[in-house]
Amino acid sequence: MAPRPEPSGIDWRYLRRRAVNVISLTFSVLGTLFGLFFLFWILWTTVSYGISAFDLKLFTQSTPAPGNTGGLANAIIGSLIMVGLATAIGTPIGILAGTYLAEFGRKKLLADVIRFINDILLSAPSIIVGLFIYELVVVRIGHFSALAGALALALIMLPVVIRTTEEMLRLVPNTLREAALALGAPRWKMVTGVAYRAALNGIITGVLLSIARIAGETAPLLFTALNNQFWSTDLGQPMANLPVVIFQFAMSPYKEWHTLAWAGAMLITLSVLALSIFARTLLRNARMEQ
Amino acid sequence: MTSLPLPLKAATKLQVRDLNFYYGEFHALKNISLDIGTNMVTAFIGPSGCGKSTLLRTINRMYELYPGQRATGEILLDGKNVLSPRADLFRLRARVGMVFQKPTPFPMSIYENIAFGVRLYEKLSRSDMDDRVEWALQQAALWGEVKAKLGQSGMSLSGGQQQRLCIARAIAVKPEVVLLDEPASALDPISTLKIEELIYELKKNYTLVIVTHNMQQAARVSDYTAFMYLGDMIEFADTNSIFTNPSNKQTEDYITGRYG
Amino acid sequence: MKNTRSEIPDSVLQRQRLLDRVFQGATTVSAILVLLILGGIIISLFVGGWQAITTFGAKFLYTNEWNPVTERFGALVPIYGTLVSSIIALIIAVPISFGIAVFLTEVAPQRLRRPIGTAVELLAAVPSIIYGMWGLFVFAPVMSTYVQPWLQEHFGNLWLVGHLFQGTMMGIGMLPAGIILGIMIIPFICAIMRDVFLTTPKFLKESAYALGATHWEVVWNVVLPYTRVGAVGGVFLGLGRALGETMAITFVIGNTHRFSASLFEPGNTISSTLANEFTEAVGDLHTSALIELGLVLFMITFVVLAVAKFLLFSLESRDGTKT
Repeated sequence: MAPRPEPSGIDWRYLRRRAVNVISLTFSVLGTLFGLFFLFWILWTTVSYGISAFDLKLFTQSTPAPGNTGGLANAIIGSLIMVGLATAIGTPIGILAGTYLAEFGRKKLLADVIRFINDILLSAPSIIVGLFIYELVVVRIGHFSALAGALALALIMLPVVIRTTEEMLRLVPNTLREAALALGAPRWKMVTGVAYRAALNGIITGVLLSIARIAGETAPLLFTALNNQFWSTDLGQPMANLPVVIFQFAMSPYKEWHTLAWAGAMLITLSVLALSIFARTLLRNARMEQ
Repeated sequence: MTSLPLPLKAATKLQVRDLNFYYGEFHALKNISLDIGTNMVTAFIGPSGCGKSTLLRTINRMYELYPGQRATGEILLDGKNVLSPRADLFRLRARVGMVFQKPTPFPMSIYENIAFGVRLYEKLSRSDMDDRVEWALQQAALWGEVKAKLGQSGMSLSGGQQQRLCIARAIAVKPEVVLLDEPASALDPISTLKIEELIYELKKNYTLVIVTHNMQQAARVSDYTAFMYLGDMIEFADTNSIFTNPSNKQTEDYITGRYG
Repeated sequence: MKNTRSEIPDSVLQRQRLLDRVFQGATTVSAILVLLILGGIIISLFVGGWQAITTFGAKFLYTNEWNPVTERFGALVPIYGTLVSSIIALIIAVPISFGIAVFLTEVAPQRLRRPIGTAVELLAAVPSIIYGMWGLFVFAPVMSTYVQPWLQEHFGNLWLVGHLFQGTMMGIGMLPAGIILGIMIIPFICAIMRDVFLTTPKFLKESAYALGATHWEVVWNVVLPYTRVGAVGGVFLGLGRALGETMAITFVIGNTHRFSASLFEPGNTISSTLANEFTEAVGDLHTSALIELGLVLFMITFVVLAVAKFLLFSLESRDGTKT
């Protein structure tokens, strides 16, 4: 059969296809620019507004009464304490649970169900977690407390740690496990001595990512740790923390409070971003190693 | 199809009797019986899927890591059945070591790789451990190459060196039997040669069982060879007889390359 | 050195077996904790909301009245607000995310893909309260000065659609809240879309290119149908996040329990109602009504997220990748 003759004149259909191609791909570029534009706008706003309140006072003085100037020292310490405590609670439980899913629950229905539920909890509204801890802890004790706040944050970080731990352990090749078992190692030694060591990078980044996540969470603290105008490191009492302070100060009509809110916003954003970038770089390296 | 238990004229370390193995519903090993001689090298050969690796891995019960895999029958190590539920798994694996196809150094230093297994069941002082590590690496013909860098990661070695490290690791816990699952198939010819020399040396002190898809290798290193096909043991005899005068037509066809 | 070794004592083996059981037990208990947490949340919400549930019954879901003084509560406004703001967010986020995902997988030169991908992921790392503050102090004025007048001028008089753009243009309200929410969920949807796009087998795309297809035609006719399930799963995940989001919206939603068709008017969402009223709730019934609101939100997001997970799971099991 003779080859199709070259069409004479302009091939409209082909031109149209190419036009559609260019237009749609242009839209994809525009979409990306849209996203990047807003990212930079938000970051720029935060830094430029926050810088103006950035001085030593920020770290040495506690939150002031309306109309006065001050710092964010109590909120910074409070956030550090609660995030630290939440990490101390959530990390071991999360790693153990992730270990179960990766090592002992390969083909079990229970593991599949837990994995499913865990992924849902990962994206569940954080304000509901706050409500849950309110019912569980705050009502029992009778008042808000830093401990309740730390517990709420621990519940939010837990699914993230579980998921990354499982994922990183699954990347460890089975032959490594078999090699350890072939020496006579009991299961727990194989996991803790070999598998954990092989997946260590990834597990650590999972923890770092979850810390970055809870460092900026406000909603769960609203009903648990609430806030504290003064300096307090008492776990049994409400404790100041950056997110809630930002929330209250920003929604208020006082200009000094707004400035402090922006400074706090800048602090949180920069810390969280730095931590995230660091963690994701580690994670990418860990994934590539395997 | 039943196979032929061969009472070897020499001392036997392991005796497999009526072994059947299942991957779920799939019947992978059918009534296998054979003897493994002490301080000898026994090779399992056969085309892909014949069950030789499966057979090897039942000896140290490696399959137990995976649900759905099970074995029936007996494997006697010095007369005691290791497949029995009452037999201790850890003890078995401390007596029967394994080297895998792909070199698997632990993500630790060379020293730690070797010490890991030893520390499981022995308490050695620092100097005793140093001695043990050196001894194991010498047995594996690796000591000269790594003695100056014991602190370096095991993964920084070349493929052939990594495999010898794995052999040293297996030897360090002083097993009686060493199982080798295609130990040289991932290595270049020079490293392969080194491994084969090592096997020849090791058999003075250990009982070795090797799985290989390389017939010439089996002919070179082993004393006894078992030919398997689709889960059956077709023929089991001393290596010389199998390769020069096989009594079974299937064996002959495989050896002469009529199928692979 | 001798080649033999003494037999391992029984006591040592016993201890190892015990440690094995303890370890496995610890991991199992930790894992089951996840189920307990879920159960705990549901139970505590039911218990806390019981008073309101029994007082108002099903009417709670569609009555438009929220009066702490007379103690009559109907959740129509918050539920409506949650749904509408999330829909607006999706309308913005889905096409943009799709565009970015296409950009990252088909258009961008190799060297740009990682940094831009990371930049988009950073949008997800920014805490939502920052979105809220930026929304209130920066975005809202822009909305009220430029965007809203433009919208009202051009669409305000149209039949039907015009009702969406009536009212005072203060920069806060349903529309700004929805837009901010949309920007916030872009990275979530985009990351999943990009991951699923990357699972399209190369040979599939190559055969289309070999026939002379353009980039766009390959995306639209090969990649998208192949990854359809996963892409929809990603959208549902974004929706789940949007429904439950609190801080990005609370600053700009207006916190008014008033029902209005206009997107310029302030409204309320479930989470912003909770954020604003919970700590100062007047009386037990008020608190209980708020908790019931929380229960409603949890139920909605749970279903949406379960659907998302299910869709992504079916894609995962088909080609063994995890998203």
